[in-house]
Amino acid sequence: MFWRMITKTLIRQKGKMFMIAFTVILGVSLSTAMMNVMLGVGDKVNRELKVYGANITVRHKDAALMGDLYGLTEGQGVNDKFLHEEDILKLKSIFWGFNILDFAPMLDGTARLEGVGDVSVVGTWPEKHAVLSTGEDLHTGLKSLRTWWEISGEWLTEDDNNAVMIGHLLASQNNIHAGDDIVLNGKTFRVKGIYNDGGQADGKILMTLPAVQELTNLPGKVSSIEVSALTTPDNDLARKAAQDPRSLSPDEYETWYCTAYVSAICHQIQEVIRDGVAKPVRQVAESEGTILNKTTLLMILITILSSIGSALAISNLITASVIERSQELGLLKALGAYNWQIAALVLVEVMMTGLIGGILGYFLGIGFAQIIGQTVFGSYIEIARMVILIVAVILFLVTLAGSIPAIRYLMALKPTEVLHGK
Amino acid sequence: MSSKILELKNVSKIYGNLKALADINLSVNAGDWLSIMGPSGSGKTTMINIIGCMDTPSTGSVILDGVDISRENAGSLTRIRRDKIGLIFQQFHLISYLTAVENVMVAQYYHSMPDEEEAMEALAKVGLADRARHLPAQLSGGEQQRVCIARALINSPQILLGDEPTGNLDEENEGIVVDIFRRLHDEGVTIIIVTHDPEVGDVAQRKIILEHGKVVGDIDQSATFGEALKLKGKGE
Repeated sequence: MFWRMITKTLIRQKGKMFMIAFTVILGVSLSTAMMNVMLGVGDKVNRELKVYGANITVRHKDAALMGDLYGLTEGQGVNDKFLHEEDILKLKSIFWGFNILDFAPMLDGTARLEGVGDVSVVGTWPEKHAVLSTGEDLHTGLKSLRTWWEISGEWLTEDDNNAVMIGHLLASQNNIHAGDDIVLNGKTFRVKGIYNDGGQADGKILMTLPAVQELTNLPGKVSSIEVSALTTPDNDLARKAAQDPRSLSPDEYETWYCTAYVSAICHQIQEVIRDGVAKPVRQVAESEGTILNKTTLLMILITILSSIGSALAISNLITASVIERSQELGLLKALGAYNWQIAALVLVEVMMTGLIGGILGYFLGIGFAQIIGQTVFGSYIEIARMVILIVAVILFLVTLAGSIPAIRYLMALKPTEVLHGK
Repeated sequence: MSSKILELKNVSKIYGNLKALADINLSVNAGDWLSIMGPSGSGKTTMINIIGCMDTPSTGSVILDGVDISRENAGSLTRIRRDKIGLIFQQFHLISYLTAVENVMVAQYYHSMPDEEEAMEALAKVGLADRARHLPAQLSGGEQQRVCIARALINSPQILLGDEPTGNLDEENEGIVVDIFRRLHDEGVTIIIVTHDPEVGDVAQRKIILEHGKVVGDIDQSATFGEALKLKGKGE
């Protein structure tokens, strides 16, 4: 009888129920979209921010110490401390190797540019293609870390050991153009491109790593490694670990080690790079965390506001429906129905309507999430299963909250008032 | 001698400055058929509401089947009403989207358990077996009221309470409904109805006249309402 009454009421009140379902569809679709974007946005935002360069640098521990103690970035104790080129590919073997997006070694040196004098040269991997021990194809290099560079000419390739790129400041001061030949330490190189970095690099010459290793007679050595990694914003645990991982309890250590905090990734990098000290480029890492936190907060606020809006709209619709049916509900009371039985009747009607609206709204929300993903991030947003549970809880609470005024009304409803018109 | 099923002792109901019922004393035996008449505002509906456990008196006590219901809470009154009272309304109050038999089954559902066969029997008793699958809108006023009576009877209540049960019916349907009451009375059902219609009221074995919330006449089957009102006029 209960379900017969529910079914027939739903059919009879299809107009109102449609409006309730429509309200739920709007609310749930927005919540679903926001939460899926929120959960998927971490990687998306991080990837977007990665265009602004590396967020971790690895240097020789002695060089890093000189930098920490005396603020030195070059000179004795810094320029004569090197990492091993053969260790670099091990970066992809760490626990969070999948989060290491790009990296490139840097070997700093000086060379005599004919007609100019001594200039700074930097050897790197402009591009690097390799097959890792895991069988994974690796494509990385400085080109991926300097996406903002304006290039006149072309980028160096992996095998351009007889070519260079020149910073636009150095090039303009010496009237060097792409396609020209220059002589460095007596050896001729073709200028393949002029780059504009907007920083100190504009006064340097960029070469392949083997070329600089040969010029400086430092085979197999690199000064530093720039790493771009996907990281999780720091929290108290991460900050505590950054001070000293040994201060963590075993449980804390496990949690920290298995979370992509920048400090955890740095720690793991140090485990594979001999004599290396990995440090976050704090400004970049913190900016990423701040933007990510603010984006997440915005999504949560939109979800909360849309839920409140839905609850208010549902509340009005249900209250109107209950007032319209007050004679029928009063009759049920007169026939012996307890308040809770009538409340259950109304709640189940609303919940069923909400459920239908919720299912439709969920799939619509997934569609919205994909539109946002494609429009804002240019990629597909991965659907998080946990959103189903969260949306179900929100839907239940919103529908319940929206039903409260109507339930209060029918609790106070006296059969005598509606059956005799008194 | 029949046992007392209902007793009102010094019952008053006060709404603000208005005394809807004033010091009413009344007792009804099981199997009685009682009519309550009186002009508008005399307190008939208030009395029906109190007897029907839909309201409580301001003062006095109401003993229904040996239980004082005058101080019961809303939940207890609902339970007592469900178990002991069958309600018939002037406006029928059938649920528009349920068929006749489903309307009867609703009362079963809130009492114990719906039984379609039993509900069909109740409809057959009021001559509506062939209209059981019709919606209220497809039934005449008299048929709707008979569904209402079947619904009131389905849980075998101790008192059948009617508020102007023929007030919305034509003469023919009024006769049908009165015949049903007569038959139920013969079967031993206690019936209390409020009516404006002396012809309906006179069929009862006992008549109460209410005025300004007071019982001004209590007469048996030997006299009609008309005679009682005349006597009352002479007495005044």
